[in-house]
Amino acid sequence: MIKLNNINKTYFGAQPLHVLKGINLDVAEGELVSIMGASGSGKSTLLNILGILDNYDEGEYYLAGKLVKNLSENQAAEFRNKLIGFIFQSFNLIPFKTALENVALPLFYQGVNRKKRNMMAMEYLERFGLKDWADHYPNELSGGQKQRVSIARALVTSPKIILADEPTGALDSKTSAEVMQILREVNATGITMVIVTHERGIANLTRKIVHLKDGIIESIEENDPDKMDFTKEIK
Amino acid sequence: MFDLDNINEIWQTIARNKTRSILTAFGVFWGIFILVILLACGNGFNNGLQSQIEGFATNSSFMIPTNTTVAYKGYQKDREWQLDMSDMEAIKKKIKGIDDLSPISSRWTYNGENNVFYGIKGGNFSMKGVLPNYNEIDRCKVLYGRFINEADIADARKVCVLGKKVYEDVIGTDKNPLGLMIKANGIYYQVVGVIEAYNSKVSIMGSVNETVVLPLTTMQVAYHTGNKFDFFMFTTASGYNTKGLQAEVKTLLRERHDIAPEDEGAFMCFDLEDVFTMFDYLFLGIKILIWIVGIGTLLSGVVGVSNIMLVTIKERTREIGVRRALGAKPSVIIRQVMAESLLLTILAGVVGLVIGVAIMAVVSGIVGNTPSEDMMFLDPQIGFGAAIVATIIIVLSGLLAGVLPATRAIQIKAIDAIREE
Ligand SMILES: Nc1ncnc2c1ncn2[C@@H]1O[C@H](COP(=O)(O)OP(=O)(O)O)[C@@H](O)[C@H]1O
Ligand SMILES: [Mg+2]
Repeated sequence: MIKLNNINKTYFGAQPLHVLKGINLDVAEGELVSIMGASGSGKSTLLNILGILDNYDEGEYYLAGKLVKNLSENQAAEFRNKLIGFIFQSFNLIPFKTALENVALPLFYQGVNRKKRNMMAMEYLERFGLKDWADHYPNELSGGQKQRVSIARALVTSPKIILADEPTGALDSKTSAEVMQILREVNATGITMVIVTHERGIANLTRKIVHLKDGIIESIEENDPDKMDFTKEIK
Repeated sequence: MFDLDNINEIWQTIARNKTRSILTAFGVFWGIFILVILLACGNGFNNGLQSQIEGFATNSSFMIPTNTTVAYKGYQKDREWQLDMSDMEAIKKKIKGIDDLSPISSRWTYNGENNVFYGIKGGNFSMKGVLPNYNEIDRCKVLYGRFINEADIADARKVCVLGKKVYEDVIGTDKNPLGLMIKANGIYYQVVGVIEAYNSKVSIMGSVNETVVLPLTTMQVAYHTGNKFDFFMFTTASGYNTKGLQAEVKTLLRERHDIAPEDEGAFMCFDLEDVFTMFDYLFLGIKILIWIVGIGTLLSGVVGVSNIMLVTIKERTREIGVRRALGAKPSVIIRQVMAESLLLTILAGVVGLVIGVAIMAVVSGIVGNTPSEDMMFLDPQIGFGAAIVATIIIVLSGLLAGVLPATRAIQIKAIDAIREE
């Protein structure tokens, strides 16, 4: 599903910062992968490249068999819209739209008509137990509810891959466990998932843990989350 | 672009901040409102002035002989010369492009004594001897009877047509004037009609309302002037040039009366086109000024909308970034911002247009219900054309106001929103 060949990325700020120094990574379809590393190690940078939100300087990135390089804004938008679902630490819900409207938004950009859009969005909200919250605005929702709305939004277009940047970063441990449970269930339906985290407890719930350090992959650890009791303390 | 979904999407963002949207839109509203009011007032003054000169053929010229100013062919300068009917024949024969040629004689009353009487009632009025075609140039309403006709001219009948005021003062409105005999400057004439000038503001040698009008031939007999008369008017046929005709007429008259070719002072010649052209330019100037002021006001409204929208876009960086991340193409973002600007501007502009038109319709009604001879302000409304132009300007303003915010909006990349600060 994902194939990275010698990805390099330098930020040209006040002084150039070589953040990714040759990343090689394969993620197969249906895998549940976490990227771990200290703060500032380049996790988000890597995930943004995977999400075609940012570009890279060197190497090749293949997504679903297609080379992602020098895409036009329109092509990138289409890739993101059709193939990728995003989940963010700070949810990034649109504050003046209801839960339902937020979930339906990606479908709006696909040109799906209003009725069908709202029906599909409602389906996903229902799936995550948010049916009664459909008409509420984000500021009327709890952190866990917000993250579930954003998961619904990520899934509504039936993407091939979900990219989550610290999805539990703003949540307490109980809610984190719930969200991770949902993400695992989603993954179980066959959707590839890459989760960035700096928390070992979260990484332990994934099948493959990629350790990032100083811009390179230090090690890739195979993991069996089912040995973990995810209802227990994960932080 | 404006399907229901999009309108909803746009309306959400506008309605989200009602106060600010209203304040923003007010600039555009005010611009259009002022433009409409100014244009309507401009039209009001224009119409008022037009009504003052209405009724007078605008293509008429006047030619009055004055003393020569150049010695010529053995004649001294400062020589008096007079027009006669053979001049008219010659002009008709030799000059093309004249519609009506109307010789006139007039007598003024110098000392202010009463000179026109019916029985013992009298008044002080001027006299004019004219041909029937006088009515083609200085148009008159016939209140009673008829105007001077060809038979009157042919037979030099002792008949007269009274101006309205003459009739009122000398005969009195309680009597049918037709057939009565009045005495003017010592001679009796039978009244065959009463007339009123369409327009009392413009007149040649005194308003017809205060004139006893005689057949020109009758006047020539009464005052022993033979076939001479005092001055004439003519109208330019369509397709001919008034100034050119005036020059031709002068040239012909110079030849016939031994006047030096370079003697411009031997005529007093003017035409209403001069006056009208002047007013036309005046109103064109006023109109241009109004558009400049109106568009200027509107432009400051546009700048306001643009400015506030720029601020809004900055505030919405995250939202727009998220939209981009979710798959909104740049064109979608541009369209959304432009549509927001358009909707805001059009709403404000149309409200301004409607309120402006409504207010001026009320003003127009009030003005219209206050009839007055000297009304310099009439029907102050903008025409359909101007309303269309205003609407087009509103739409253009909306697009203009949206350009800068839209360019700013597409510079926002998804990554800008996603990056956790
Ligand atoms: N847009 C940017 N410009 C310059 N430096 C950046 C930018 N984004 C991130 N960085 C730097 O790159 C490094 C990696 O950032 P990031 O990928 O966000 O790390 P992580 O998500 O692992 O905490 C950090 O040192 C950060 O300061
Ligand atoms: Mg990060």
